[in-house]
Amino acid sequence: MAEIFEYAPAPESRSVVTLRDTYDLFIDGAFTPAEDGTQLTTVNPADETELARVAVAGPVDIDRAVAAARRAHENVWGPMSGLERGKYLFRIARIIQERSRELAVLESMDNGKPIKETRDVDLPLVAAHFFYHAGWADKLAHAGLGPDPRPLGVAAQVIPWNFPLLMLAWKIAPALATGNTVVLKPAETTPLTALVFAEICQEADLPAGVVNILPGAGETGRKLVEHPGTDKVAFTGSTEVGRQIARAVAGTPKRLTLELGGKGANIVYDDAAIDQAVEGIVSGIFFNQGHVCCAGSRLLVQESIAEELLARLKTRVTQLRVGDPLDKNTDLGAINSAAQLERIRELTDSGESEGAERWSPACDLPENGYWFAPTVLTGISQAHRVAREEIFGPVLSVLTFRTPEEAVTKANNTPYGLSAGVWTEKGSRMLWTAERLRAGVVWSNTFNKFDPTSPFGGYKESGYGREGGRHGLEAYLG
Amino acid sequence: MPHTTTAPEAMTNRSLRAYLYGLPGVDEVGAAARAKDLSTRSVKTTAKATAIDLAISMVDLTTLEGADTPGKVRALCTKAAHPDPADRTVPTVGAVCVYPDMVANAVTALRGTGVEVASVATAFPSGRAPLEAKLVDTRHAVAEGATEIDMVIDRGAFLAGDYLKVFEEITAVKEACGDAHLKVILETGELVTYDNVRRASHLAIRAGADFIKTSTGKIAPAATLPVVLVMLEAVRDHHAATGRRVGVKPAGGIRTTKDAIRHLVLVNETTGPAWLTPDLFRIGASSLLNDLLMQRTKLTTGTYPGPDHYTQD
Repeated sequence: MAEIFEYAPAPESRSVVTLRDTYDLFIDGAFTPAEDGTQLTTVNPADETELARVAVAGPVDIDRAVAAARRAHENVWGPMSGLERGKYLFRIARIIQERSRELAVLESMDNGKPIKETRDVDLPLVAAHFFYHAGWADKLAHAGLGPDPRPLGVAAQVIPWNFPLLMLAWKIAPALATGNTVVLKPAETTPLTALVFAEICQEADLPAGVVNILPGAGETGRKLVEHPGTDKVAFTGSTEVGRQIARAVAGTPKRLTLELGGKGANIVYDDAAIDQAVEGIVSGIFFNQGHVCCAGSRLLVQESIAEELLARLKTRVTQLRVGDPLDKNTDLGAINSAAQLERIRELTDSGESEGAERWSPACDLPENGYWFAPTVLTGISQAHRVAREEIFGPVLSVLTFRTPEEAVTKANNTPYGLSAGVWTEKGSRMLWTAERLRAGVVWSNTFNKFDPTSPFGGYKESGYGREGGRHGLEAYLG
Repeated sequence: MPHTTTAPEAMTNRSLRAYLYGLPGVDEVGAAARAKDLSTRSVKTTAKATAIDLAISMVDLTTLEGADTPGKVRALCTKAAHPDPADRTVPTVGAVCVYPDMVANAVTALRGTGVEVASVATAFPSGRAPLEAKLVDTRHAVAEGATEIDMVIDRGAFLAGDYLKVFEEITAVKEACGDAHLKVILETGELVTYDNVRRASHLAIRAGADFIKTSTGKIAPAATLPVVLVMLEAVRDHHAATGRRVGVKPAGGIRTTKDAIRHLVLVNETTGPAWLTPDLFRIGASSLLNDLLMQRTKLTTGTYPGPDHYTQD
């Protein structure tokens, strides 16, 4: 029957993107090669083709960038009125909107995520973060942080590969709105949109040195966060690296915010709106290939409806369209890197060898590139590795519970505490549950919804500090 | 799936209420988000050509005006049988939909074309008449040759919680239909909540509807994507529980090819492609047909011929 109405390929055009062979560092308002000439290669994870060579920042480059940021903070950006800073941010936001198609396509190429998501989620949120913080720039006295809150100075920011441009926006927009200047390191595998953002800063006539972009791998990140010339470190990434950063920053006057891993519980009660719960489970774990720190990677379903819910879930997962990230009808794109694919495989295999039942729909995966079929693991208990460790891939671990108390106990029984979802049509049970969950975000009858006005951050080993909303400003004000 | 089991033995208001209130709720925000997400599907080239012909074959070409005349109905029927006079490869529409007193004209005009004659009945559009009158209305249309009956439910009774009255009216009209197919209009714009839409859908399905239909076209909003989604979920669940396939007919407000294709995508990804047939999915519309024809010509020739190349009937 499927041939009745098979969607024809609907590829988004790549012509809006002009890829350069090489990309340089962005320091003090100008693109400059790395001092020692080191480069990395960034590839399209969907087909493993080489996209560009990108300069890797070394210690000398980091010194230059931090010094430029310091000068910009002391001479231009710090003394500037909030009203004027806001104008720059509004301008950046508008240019992002104007270039959103180009940025969406480039993000899909560099990251592997479907164009549907970069176009409809990432880019609108990126622009929204700049618009939102632009509005704060001249109203900081009303943020509840005292009559005249002051910027910290220079912020060193290190971001991950899962939402490259959105994480940049989460870091740069509040920092700039509050009068700080930044040195940002994008992820090794996804530096390109950050470098186009650097072009946008030029286009917006942002004063030199306010934003500096230093691509590189872990070593560049380590040197940047250890650099004595910064006042603030903001990191989003793994808990393991977060710990190293916390150790490096300990004993210095630097302020630190960490947004780390998660193992989010998605709790479905027996009275949930079942069709929407299924949608929420799917978007909870398969949105962005599961490369989401706040993913609903643990489904906790009330045992009395587990069988029916799983049947519906599997029917729905079978419909997911896996493939070319630039096809407008693709739901699930490529895994970002060979290393991440290997980690997902290893953990999922471990689940199977520990006794979990593994299910994936039949789907044709492309031959080249890094691909992993959507996977549901059932028969999981709290003791399984896949119930405890972050997989960061399209793999859902399903556990059951009998009572609300048990649901909350299991949901909280993780070293992480970034996100949770609750599905029930009963308001009192929703509130009872949300009150008891130790998670930075609790979604009520929805999942993976983001908004610049809403603070985001973790409990426990998911990190500390908040990003977004009024609370997010606090991380950049003294 | 426990909520779609067969009817309790003794049909009472209480048992019907228990059944309907045992159905899972619909989260309004989530349903709207799902419909919106599916509306971003990109249907181009060959898929678009398939979708356009499918949509044409699903159109219930409708005229339901106080000013309807035999001449108007004849013109509509000619259009239904040959939507594009310049291109005989265009499929015929699914049916022509008229008031009961116009059925005979439509039957005559459509003889031998394969196009069905549908008639609204049961004191359409309000349904505010005694059951006897509704049955007479229905029997008249069937006797005149209508092969499909589009009835309206008693929304007043539904909103007052008298589910048994709604149920019994549907079963009585179904009986009066004989061999004619019964489409049950829920008038979702008056039921308002998606919980009500889901309950009314299951109520109509269990009372014997062959199709459930969104609207009369006289009330706004008519066929919205989330409402159609909820109705498709109801027929999908009923099929899973009983094996019986019930059709769905959005009506009112679908005017463009883009709208029609969005509905087909909704069907494709909710009930699955088994419903992509005029036997199980219809679109109640009038102006939609010309847009489908224009888009069809655009796909085959590369140019828009302009609205005057299509008949205004």
